[in-house]
Amino acid sequence: MARRSAPEVNAGSMADIAFLLLIFFLVTTTMEKDKGISRQLPPIQEVQEDILIKDKNLFIVLVNKNDDLLVEDEPMKLKDLRQAAIDFLDNGGAPSNSPENCNYCKGKKDPSSSDNPSKAIISVQNDRLTSYNMYIAVQNELVGAYNFLRNRESQRLYGWEFTYVKSQVDAGTYIGDKSKAEENLKEIQKLYPLKLSEATPKKTGN
Amino acid sequence: MSKFTKKKSNELPPVNTASLPDIVFMLLFFFMVATVMRETNLLVEQNLPKADQVEKLKKDRSVFIFAGKPSDQYKEKYGNEGRVQIGDKYTDISKIGMALSEARGKLIPELQNKVVVALKVDDDTNTGLVTDIKEELRELNMVRIIYITTPGNQLD
Repeated sequence: MARRSAPEVNAGSMADIAFLLLIFFLVTTTMEKDKGISRQLPPIQEVQEDILIKDKNLFIVLVNKNDDLLVEDEPMKLKDLRQAAIDFLDNGGAPSNSPENCNYCKGKKDPSSSDNPSKAIISVQNDRLTSYNMYIAVQNELVGAYNFLRNRESQRLYGWEFTYVKSQVDAGTYIGDKSKAEENLKEIQKLYPLKLSEATPKKTGN
Repeated sequence: MSKFTKKKSNELPPVNTASLPDIVFMLLFFFMVATVMRETNLLVEQNLPKADQVEKLKKDRSVFIFAGKPSDQYKEKYGNEGRVQIGDKYTDISKIGMALSEARGKLIPELQNKVVVALKVDDDTNTGLVTDIKEELRELNMVRIIYITTPGNQLD
């Protein structure tokens, strides 16, 4: 008796079904790609303490409503801001016999600029009408200055880039001793602590 | 004799599409794995500013605030002023607190006090609006924020 073979299933419409599913997923989903500049806001304090900060340890960046920059009373282009911030942070102006001396700074040691990176504060003041685009650009440049210095120090002390290792540790893909890497990251952050202050913007400004 | 001669057809053989489903399924699985479901319907314009000194957003512990001008189809109704959107609707700045604690309640309990507020703000917005949002956040004690940006550099 001849064996009858089972009829083949027609798979011609399989592609159509799969296309339908594919298009559904293309339309309803988004790529996970959110990245940004993270910040910690200062908590609200009931009692405002007056802290004395030396004028030379303060780097004031003003942005007006026309998105012009005024850095330390000098007009400046956005592209020069990063280098100016690096020069200020890395200055290390305290004399070598004082406890505030910065032995890893490679700046000009100008006594009229910041004493030590841990003392140096960058203050950004915006107008309310400053565009958000400019605001982020300024923040990006200032964070860039910190990242540059942190990378330099981590390269010198541990032989890796701060930003690269930090992103790996955050993503959980770091290969090797994670707790040690975190410790080293903290150490670098202590050398160049992020001290960005934002004043409440003025109502108007001309 | 004719039994052994090969049939010669002049027609082209049809293209074999048997592997087409496999290819499409491969694409399908790629998109299923690499993407997430869209959760909110955007009511405001979203051209994010460019930045390159960025960190990755941890999605499991974040709540989103959108801000910007109303999108084209809502312009007539809501005007041209910058507005804040949380979830699927416009929110008044003074009522951000309620909307945010609602959004926070949807996170896993362990991560609720590590919450990060992701600010997706259109680059054409005034900084004043962002400042108002930040003041509200400080009062709510949600102090960890992240400004979402797109890759690139504004100097280029």
